[in-house]
This record gives sequence, structure tokens and C-alpha cells, in this order.
Amino acid sequence: MRMVRSWFWVLPDERNKPVPWQVLCLNWALAFLLLALVCFFSFGQLRYNWNWETVGGYSNFFWRGWWNTLKISVLALVLSTLIGSLAALARNSGLLALRALSRLYVEIVRGTPLLVQISFAFYVIADAFRFQNRFAVGLLTLSFFSGAFISEIIRGGVESIGASQLESARAIGLSRSQTYRYVILPQAIRVILPALAGMFANLIKDSSLLSVISIEEFTWNAQQVSALTYSNFECYIPLAIGYLVLTLPITLWTRWLETRTRYET
Amino acid sequence: MRLRARNLCKSFGPQMVLKNVDLDLDQVHTLAFIGPSGGGKSTLLRIIAGLEKPDNGTLYLNDREVIYSEKALMAHRRTVGTVFQAFNLFPHLSALQNITLPLEKVHHYYPAEARQVAETMLERFGLSEHGHKPPAQLSGGQRQRVAIARAISIRPKLLLFDEPTSALDPEMTAEVLEVIEELREEGRDLVLVTHQMGFAHRVADQIALLSAGRIIECGPPEQLLDDPRAEATRQFLAKILKY
Repeated sequence: MRMVRSWFWVLPDERNKPVPWQVLCLNWALAFLLLALVCFFSFGQLRYNWNWETVGGYSNFFWRGWWNTLKISVLALVLSTLIGSLAALARNSGLLALRALSRLYVEIVRGTPLLVQISFAFYVIADAFRFQNRFAVGLLTLSFFSGAFISEIIRGGVESIGASQLESARAIGLSRSQTYRYVILPQAIRVILPALAGMFANLIKDSSLLSVISIEEFTWNAQQVSALTYSNFECYIPLAIGYLVLTLPITLWTRWLETRTRYET
Repeated sequence: MRLRARNLCKSFGPQMVLKNVDLDLDQVHTLAFIGPSGGGKSTLLRIIAGLEKPDNGTLYLNDREVIYSEKALMAHRRTVGTVFQAFNLFPHLSALQNITLPLEKVHHYYPAEARQVAETMLERFGLSEHGHKPPAQLSGGQRQRVAIARAISIRPKLLLFDEPTSALDPEMTAEVLEVIEELREEGRDLVLVTHQMGFAHRVADQIALLSAGRIIECGPPEQLLDDPRAEATRQFLAKILKY
């Protein structure tokens, strides 16, 4: 009886003990099974004529879109890290207007839907400046969007460094920039990196909204195929899998980074 | 050292922490500040260390006025070594790197030179086998000895200790106090804030008692601790010695 219990249950006083891998496998399998049952049941109820062959003929659309999404995400990650760092620096700037601007940027961008921002950036701002490159506008909007979150991540990381560290840096005679370089950043990076990796997974999914201004990324391509073949699910299922393939490794990497920082401190 | 203060004042918000402090000490090697908490002794030490600016008044160290502009202060801080109550080592660096960082980045030693100095220091304080460890893996006493090694490796003209044993167990307190006593015997100039009356008695040439932002009494330990003149000193000592 106790044996069977230990296959499925962890008592409160056993929380810190590692679970044997066989037990882990069993329970993961159980969770998958449950999920699969729900899916089977739901799709079984659906009266739907699956049309995989027709959609399969358009597979190059999916590949091209997936590749574009990957490109946009990586570029946006680099750009948004840059923007986020600048915004975080501006937040502590001596120039008060710059501080206010950074605050305004972060609060507005974080508080409004990305969909609205994309439309606004493309149809109003880019239009006013006679700037027609969709890809660049989309990339910039996405970068500014996640840059706002990244600036908060960086600010949080820097502020997590205690006053005693700054005092110590001052006492040994480090200059302000040296203090950042040798004391604050090496410690802050441990807090920042996991959050940044998690942000990247969000960024990849958020890039799907760029389809509304017809940037030819993954979602846009899937929508095209869906319109051409009148098949919704056959397009959205590969779409979901395609995003999962990109985000899942990052999520796992984030987990790993988090546990690593926890053990080191 | 020769230490003179004229009319030093400091307040934090509405609270006056130092009220017109005057000091005139000549040929002192070890100066101890004692007194009740909140009496202003740490603030005075931090002003001497160049970590805090006085609102008013002047401070002369070895007949040179300490200029409280950010630039001059940076230069001043580079010539004194400060040891804090909470050790304040850098947790992302090893014990050795904690010592080499100021040597390399502030005092422009070559990395090999800095390493050499740091290793000598660690050996001297019996920490040779701990050089590669981060502070988190050291005991409190070991951390404080690394902090002291970091402070003296730059060859400071003055060493400042802000309650260096307040965060330590009695056993570790002893090991740190021994180190401080050794430094005194080497003839270094020390200023320390301490609650250890016995220790102050043993190492200090001069003791100043601060209370409510003023220096109540200043004199050699035999006089100040054994035969205090001021009523406030007597009260303070009575309160401490009771337990």
C-alpha cells in the first residue's frame, strides 16, 4: 500500500528528497495521457473534414515563415536589449527630462496592447515620416515593446545589488563607471539573465502580431495557407508546434539558469 | 597620525548626528571611538574615511585639510583603508580577487604584481588555502580577515574599522581583534569604532566617547575608562559594565 502511494504521492516531509526517475517517468506519462484524452475527446466530437494533403502542398510557406520569425526574433532581441539598457540608464540620468521620458516610455508601452502599438507605429508614425519599410517598422515596434520590459528587468537587477556593495566600491576608490563594470553588472547579470531568456520566449510569440501589417512571418504565412485552402486547423496546428519548437528550449534554458543562480548565492 | 577636527556638524534630515565636534590629537597611533548607539561615532569615522561629507566644519589629517569635493574625496578614499561591520566583500569574486580588484583597477598594479601582494596578504592572515573561495564559503572571521587584508594591501596611511567585530561570534571576534592588535604593533595608524571596552583599553592610545553627537570626553584609556571625569562617561560605563 505504502509502495503504491510512493509512486504517485510525495508526503510533506519528503518534499526535499529527489524523486526516483522511474516514478517521474510514470507521472509524466500520466499527465500526457490525461492531456491526450482531452484532445482526443474534443477532436472526436468535432465534425471536420481533415485536409492535410492540400495543406501539405504549401509546406514551403511554413518553412519560410518559420525562418522569418526566427530572424525577426533574434534581431528584435538584440535591438530590444540595447533599447532596454539605454532606457534603464536614462531612468537614473542626471537630466530630469530624460528620466521622465524613460518612465513615460516604459509605462505606456507596458500598459497598452502590442496590436495597437503596431498599427499606430505603422499607419500613423511611419506614414507621417513617409517610411514604407514594413519589416523595419515591425522590427522596431517589437523591439521597443520588449525593450520596455527589458529595461525594467535590468533596473530590477541593478537595484538588487545592496547599498553595502556600493559603499564598499566607494571605499576602495572605484569610480562610478568602474563600480558598474566590476561590482554591479557582474552581480546583476545573474538576476537579469534568466528573466531575459524568459523575455525572449515571449518575444517570439509576440512577433506573431506583426502579421497584422503583413510582415511575412510565421503566422502571416499560416494565415495565407489557411485562406488558400479553407483549412484552419491544419494550418494552426503546425503553427503552434513551430512556435513551441522555438520557445520550449528557451524556457528550459531559463529554468536551468534560475536554478544555477540559486545555488551560487 | 595627527587628527584635528573643527566644528564638524552633520545631520540626516531633521536629526543632528554630529554637533560641533572638535578634536585635537597629535602623535596618536590608535584612536578608538566609543559610546552609545546613535551617538555619532560611526558617522565621525565615515567622515574621516571620506564616505560622508560634513555639513559644516573642517577636518585635518596629518596637517592637511580633507577637501569634501567628489574628486578630492575619491583620491582621499584611495589612501585610507576602511573595514566595515558587515565585511562588505564582493560575493561574485574569490577572496584573492577581492584583494586584487582595488590593486589593479585603482592602484594600477600589474595583474601578476597584484596577485603576488594578495597571496602574501592571505598567507600572513592564515588564509592561503582559502584564496580561491568566494566569501559565501568563508566563516565570518575569515571574511573579516580578508576584508582587513584588502584594506591594508593598498598601503593606506590610515586604517579605519567600523565596529569590525559586531557581526561576529565571540570566538571569531578574538581572531579579528588579534589581527588588529598586530597591526597596531606594526605601528600603523588606526581609528576604530568599537563596543569592546577591554579591547579599546588594551590597544588605544586615545579614546573618545561620543554621545548625542558630541565628544563628551577624550583621553588615554587609563584616564577615560578608569577615572572618567564627565558624568555622562561614568553613566555610560556603569551601564556597560553592569552586564
